[in-house]
Amino acid sequence: MATTITMPQLGETVTEGTVAQWLKKVGDSVEKYESFVEVSTDKVNAEVPAPVSGIIRELIVKEGETVPTGAPIAIIDEVGAATAAPQSAPRPATVQPAEVPPFQPPPRASQPALDAREVLLRREADRQGADEPVPGHSFAPSNGSSRNGNGHLNAPDILRRVSPAVRRLAREHSVDLTGIRGTGTSGRITANDILAAAGREGPAAVAAATIMLEPAAQAKAAAAAASPPRPPGAKPSYAAAAPGDLIPLTQARKIIAQRMLESKRTAPHAWTMVEVDVTKLWALRSAEKEKFQREKGYSLTLLPFFVYAVVQSLRAFPLMNARFTDEGIAVNKEISIGLAVALESNLIVPVIRNADEYSIGGLAVAAGKLIEKARSGKLGADDLSGGTFTVNNTGANGSILSAPIINGGQAGIVTMEAVVKRPIVTADDAIAVRSMMNVCLSLDHRVVDGAIASGFLVDLKKRLEAMARGATVL
Amino acid sequence: MAVASPATTTMNNVEAVRQTLHQALASDPNVVILGEDVGARGNVFLITKGFIEEFGAERIIDTPLAEASIVGVAVGMAMEGLRPIAEIQFADFIYPAFNQIVGEAAKTRYRSAGDYTCPLVIRTPYGGGVRGALSHSVSIEALFYHVPGLKILAPSFPADIKGLLTAAIEDPDPVLFLEHKKTYRLVKGPVPTGHFSIPIGKADVKREGTHLSVVSYGLYVHQALEAAEKLAAEGLSVEVIDLRSIRPMDRTTILASVKKTRKLLIIHEDNKFGGIGAEISAMVVEDAFFDLDAPIKRLCGPDVPAMGYALPLEEEFMISTTRMADTMREMIAF
Repeated sequence: MATTITMPQLGETVTEGTVAQWLKKVGDSVEKYESFVEVSTDKVNAEVPAPVSGIIRELIVKEGETVPTGAPIAIIDEVGAATAAPQSAPRPATVQPAEVPPFQPPPRASQPALDAREVLLRREADRQGADEPVPGHSFAPSNGSSRNGNGHLNAPDILRRVSPAVRRLAREHSVDLTGIRGTGTSGRITANDILAAAGREGPAAVAAATIMLEPAAQAKAAAAAASPPRPPGAKPSYAAAAPGDLIPLTQARKIIAQRMLESKRTAPHAWTMVEVDVTKLWALRSAEKEKFQREKGYSLTLLPFFVYAVVQSLRAFPLMNARFTDEGIAVNKEISIGLAVALESNLIVPVIRNADEYSIGGLAVAAGKLIEKARSGKLGADDLSGGTFTVNNTGANGSILSAPIINGGQAGIVTMEAVVKRPIVTADDAIAVRSMMNVCLSLDHRVVDGAIASGFLVDLKKRLEAMARGATVL
Repeated sequence: MAVASPATTTMNNVEAVRQTLHQALASDPNVVILGEDVGARGNVFLITKGFIEEFGAERIIDTPLAEASIVGVAVGMAMEGLRPIAEIQFADFIYPAFNQIVGEAAKTRYRSAGDYTCPLVIRTPYGGGVRGALSHSVSIEALFYHVPGLKILAPSFPADIKGLLTAAIEDPDPVLFLEHKKTYRLVKGPVPTGHFSIPIGKADVKREGTHLSVVSYGLYVHQALEAAEKLAAEGLSVEVIDLRSIRPMDRTTILASVKKTRKLLIIHEDNKFGGIGAEISAMVVEDAFFDLDAPIKRLCGPDVPAMGYALPLEEEFMISTTRMADTMREMIAF
C-alpha cells in the first residue's frame, strides 16, 4: 500500500513550506515516526516524522522547492501490507507489523511541530515500556526497531539524540550537526567530533577503544586538556576573549564605538548623584512580586517603579526631556524611555514609547517584553527608536556608582545602582538599617544647568522614597 | 596528597589507624577509646593492641555488646569535654546506635544553639569481599549521609587515613569514620610520621586523565586505579577521583573533572538505589549538564538484602576490576 505524504502546516498562519533537506533517499527504509524530511517555513524549521513505516518510493518535491501545505511531497510504500506495490528495493529483514494504522493528520493542525515532538516522546516511552534500549541511553547495542539493515542506528536518531555537550559545543563553534560523521558508538556524534570539525583537537581525542593514539599524541592530547590553547581554527571572540587576541569589530561594536565617541565629544557631560532610601519601596516590591509574576508572567523588579518615577519627574522638569539643537533647545512632546540592556557582546537600548501612558505594572510587562526580545535578538527598528531619556540599571551588575554616557540627542541618563543595606541617621537622629540606592545622572550641560538637574534628581528621590505599600498602586 | 611532610614511613591501613590513635592518645589526655574488645583483646584487627597497658583501662574502655550504649555514653563524654573515639566492631552492628548517632550526636550543636558540641569519632570497619557474609560485609554510608550535622569519611590510603582520622578527632562535631576492612592489610603506602591532618571535605585526584572521570571511594578506588592503568596501555586516559570525604562532598573537584572529561562513572560497593552515586549524579546533572557527552553511569552493589557467603554470590556482589575496565572502555568509546 502506498501512502502519499503531504506538506504539513507548520503554524497556523503558514500556507507553504520548503523542503530544506531530504533525510532519506528513494529506496531507503523509514520507520514510522522517524524524521525523513526537514521542512522550513518563514516561521519554523522542523523535521517531519514519517506517518508510516516503509520504503521511500518517490520524493516528489526537490530540496529547496516551496509548495503549498497539503501538496504531495513524497510516496512511501508501506512495508508488510498485503497490497504493497511491487518494488525493486530490498525489504529489510525486520519488518513492521502489518496492522500499522494509516497516518492520521494531527487534529490540531495549528501545532504540528508540537505534535511531532509528542510523537517522539511517546515513541521513546513505548520503547522503554517494551524494555528496549533507547539509543543514547544505553551502551548496549540496540536491537530495537531503530536499527537499519546494517545494524547501525539510523542517522536521524543520532542527530536528534545528541548529548548536551555536543549541542552546546556545536552552537559555540557554529558547527552544523548534519554535516558530521560521528565516531562514537553506532556512529554517535561525540563532543570530540564537534571539536575536530571546529578545527580543534579536543581532550577526549579517541573515537573508540579500537582507535588508539600514539603515546606522543596521547601526551599532547593530555597537555591540551590541561590548558586548552585557542584552537587553530577558532576565531577570537568577544564572549571568550583571551590575552593576546585581536577581536574583529562586529557591526554592533562599531556602532557603539561611534555613538559613544560622538556623544562624549559633542555633549559636555556633567554628573551628579543622590542617595535614595528604598526600604519601603523594596518592601512593596517584595510583597507584590510573587502575585505579579503569577498573574502577569513577568518578574516585578525595581525597574518599573524607577521608570515610573523618572517619567513623573520628567513631566515636572520638561527641560530634562529635551535635546540640544543649533536652533534651540527642543523640548520633546513625548516621554519615551530607553532601557540599557546588556547582551553577551554588546549593549542595546530598546525604548518604551510614550512611557507616561503606562502604570507601574504596565511598565513591568513592557520592559519584560523588551528585555526578552533584546536577549533573543528579536527587537525591531520600532523598538529601538524614539527614546527621549535613558535609564540604565547598572546596579544589576553590582555597581554602586557610575558615570554613564548620554545617549545622543537626549538631555540625560540616570542609573539605578545596587541596593545596599547601610546604617543611616534618620530624621529623628536615630541610627537605622536602611536599604539604600544611589541614583546617578549624567546631563548634557548645553541643555540644562546643575540647578535644574539637581532639582530633577531630588524630585526623583522624593518620588521613589514615597513609594510604599498602601500608598502606591501598581 | 594534601601536604608533603618531610619524614614518612611505609605502612598498611591498620598500622596507619593504629599510629594515628596512638599519637592522639599520647598528645591529648581527653582522648578516650571505647568499644567492644578494644581493651584486653586489642581490637579484632589488633589495631589497639597494647593500648590498655600503656594508657590504662580508664582511657581504653571495654564495653558490653551494646552499641546504643557505646555511642550514647560517647555522646555524653563528648558533650562534657572529652574526645571519645567510639568503635563499632563491624559496621553491620551499628543499627542499634542509629538513634544515638542521628537523633543525638548529629543534632547536639543545633539543639543547644551552639552551647554544646559533640566532638565524637565513631570508627567502624565496613565493606565486603572478605567472605564476611551477612554480618561482616555491609556498607552503611548511604544510611547516614542523608543526615545534616554528621560528617562521613571513608579514606582508603594510609596517608589519607592518618590525615583524616586526625582531622576527625580534632573536629568539634561528630564524624563517622569508615575503614574498608579488605584494604586493612592489602594497601600500603607512605605516611607522614609526625602530626598530620588533611582538611575534611576534599576529594583527591589519584590519577589524572582526560577521557573519563571515575569517582569512587574505599576498596574500589584501588581497583579503579588498576583498571585505569590497564586502559592507559591501550591509550585511554582515565581520571580517578578518591572521594575520601562522603559528606561534606567535594563538588568543586568532581565538577572540574567532569567539565574536563565530559563523562562520569561512579563506582561504589554500597547498593545503587539511593546511594552516594545518586547524589553525585544529581549534582553533576544540576551543575554540569551542558558539559556531559554521555549518560552518567553507576557501577554499584546490587539491590539485594546482604552479601551472600557463598563465593559465587560474593563475586556477583563485588565489582571486579575487569568489569570496571570494560565499563570504562564502553564509556570512552561512546
